[in-house]
Amino acid sequence: MTATTAGSRPTHRERQPIRWGTPVAYVVAAIVILLMLAPVAFIILSGFRTNSQITTNPAGFPNPWEVGNYLAVLTGDIFWREVLNSLIAGLATTAGVVILGLMASYVLARYKFKGRGALYATFAAGLMFPMTVAITPLYIVVKNLGLMNSLTGVILPQIAFALPTTIIILVPFLKAIPDEIQEAAFMDGCSRIGFFWRMVLPLATPGVITTGILAFIGSWNSYLLPLFILNDEAMFTLPLGVQAFSSQYSVDTARVLAFTALSMIPALIFFSVFERRIVGGLTGAVKG
Amino acid sequence: MSVRESAVARPPQTDLLASGGSAVSLPPTPRKARAGWRGRLEIGLLVGPALVMFLGFVIFPVVMAAYYGFFSWQGFGVPTQFVGLRNYITILEDPTFQQALWHNVLIVVLSLVLQGPAAILLALLLNRKLRGQSLIRVLIFVPYVISEVVVGTGWSLILATNGGLNGFLNDIGLGALAQDWLADPNIAIWTLMFIITWKYIGFAVILFLAGLQGIPEELSEAAAIDGASWWQIQRRITLPLLGPTLRIWAFLSIIGSLQLFDLVYIIWGQYVSSTAGTSTMAIYMVTNGRNSGNYGYGNAVAVVLFLISLIVALVYQRFVLRRDTEGAITGEGKKR
Repeated sequence: MTATTAGSRPTHRERQPIRWGTPVAYVVAAIVILLMLAPVAFIILSGFRTNSQITTNPAGFPNPWEVGNYLAVLTGDIFWREVLNSLIAGLATTAGVVILGLMASYVLARYKFKGRGALYATFAAGLMFPMTVAITPLYIVVKNLGLMNSLTGVILPQIAFALPTTIIILVPFLKAIPDEIQEAAFMDGCSRIGFFWRMVLPLATPGVITTGILAFIGSWNSYLLPLFILNDEAMFTLPLGVQAFSSQYSVDTARVLAFTALSMIPALIFFSVFERRIVGGLTGAVKG
Repeated sequence: MSVRESAVARPPQTDLLASGGSAVSLPPTPRKARAGWRGRLEIGLLVGPALVMFLGFVIFPVVMAAYYGFFSWQGFGVPTQFVGLRNYITILEDPTFQQALWHNVLIVVLSLVLQGPAAILLALLLNRKLRGQSLIRVLIFVPYVISEVVVGTGWSLILATNGGLNGFLNDIGLGALAQDWLADPNIAIWTLMFIITWKYIGFAVILFLAGLQGIPEELSEAAAIDGASWWQIQRRITLPLLGPTLRIWAFLSIIGSLQLFDLVYIIWGQYVSSTAGTSTMAIYMVTNGRNSGNYGYGNAVAVVLFLISLIVALVYQRFVLRRDTEGAITGEGKKR
């Protein structure tokens, strides 16, 4: 073992082949992956069974394969309407967070004025207020604004609660450009706003993408806030929909499993596309 | 935003806390002040919208919670029935709340004890050269990305008495081990802990891997040359240097556990969770606040929950994260 660790030192120039490591490592990794994926596989596979198959043998494979459950969900309008609602809420939240966050971070990073520290501290303090704690009064605020039962009533608070993280991640990105370059740009007649578009924004793109992804996933999976704000089924987002569907069709287990499996898919696709960004963003945030 | 989702977005907070609050004062930017009306207008236009949203939807509700908490109020009109501290006394004397608090404490401790060591071992394992390492990382992270509602719905079907797990145990001849995983009060809390571990361990592993990659390889190489075994290297070099990451993760885990709501509410619902022994403070807040129309009371519970989280956060910052501020471990590592 020691030899492996020490031997992997890249002393010579030529690229070393990746080592195989010990069998133990593979066995452990295999077991862990099995544990992680078995429940997911169970949900997806059981969606291809009939209720009688599930009742007689809860843990069996589909035999014969039954696509009716999935077809029923996919051809009905409930699932798609909820996907659309979730998508609207997610995209609007992401856009709002990124735009407002960038604007505020730009000022905090590159303007010098009285009260700048206090302003930053105010936003940073927001991290101490998780939505769980604020949910009851938040519900009253949204109700008084007349935004009950509307996606706007979900989107606005989500933007507000995502702002602190966004600002804290973005400010360092926006600070990264040396002041000399800014001075030079101003000297050449570039306005602050022009400098923002031409210099700052391109360099801050990685930070913007990370915060955008975090905001979108947060919104996509969000449950507590929609639970308080959205009562009308037509407005339900996917998490509310999954819960409503599973209580409404509680006897039709197969259909609930199919619905649950389908509602996992958008998140899984999104994750596999942005996996590097998500993991990289978390890594960066911790190292920060 | 669900509880743990806010944990994803949370690392910067620990950064903030770790620096002992000094992060709130920005390092001075060496630039000439430009306090012309134009500059001020720009500042106002750029910060204004974010500030209004933030004050309106984050700060204002939290302040109002403290206010409403002193009233008996059904959520309509202006609260008039001032009850002083009675809500708070009721909360603290209510055995249901005490149980929920106790469950939260259990969840905090068990999350640390169950996830921490397992995640460290996995991270150490994955940090070595392995074929398909990146695929393994992605797969471990999958449960973390799926929403709490989907995870909860899926698990409650798997763990039902006639569900997949008991069926599987019967199939492989271990039918005697089949249990009422969700309703038996002796088992339910462990079932919950298993699901929490399953869902969130990927997050811990990813964090630890990030931390491990920040440790210079030269240290373990030098130790290996001096004849240290793999285990000795991990125990004497890697783990101490991973300290800051571990402490940040523990902080996130504690706060997340205190706020736990979605999973329990989905799997057990508001009534079953207290008989099954899995209710949490957030469940109590929603059940006795919004769901029963006592908004004044619900706000008081929110304040209690917030104060408990705040105290824990401050104590943790003062006594645990502080070491990182002083660079006790990281600084030492660099010096060597």
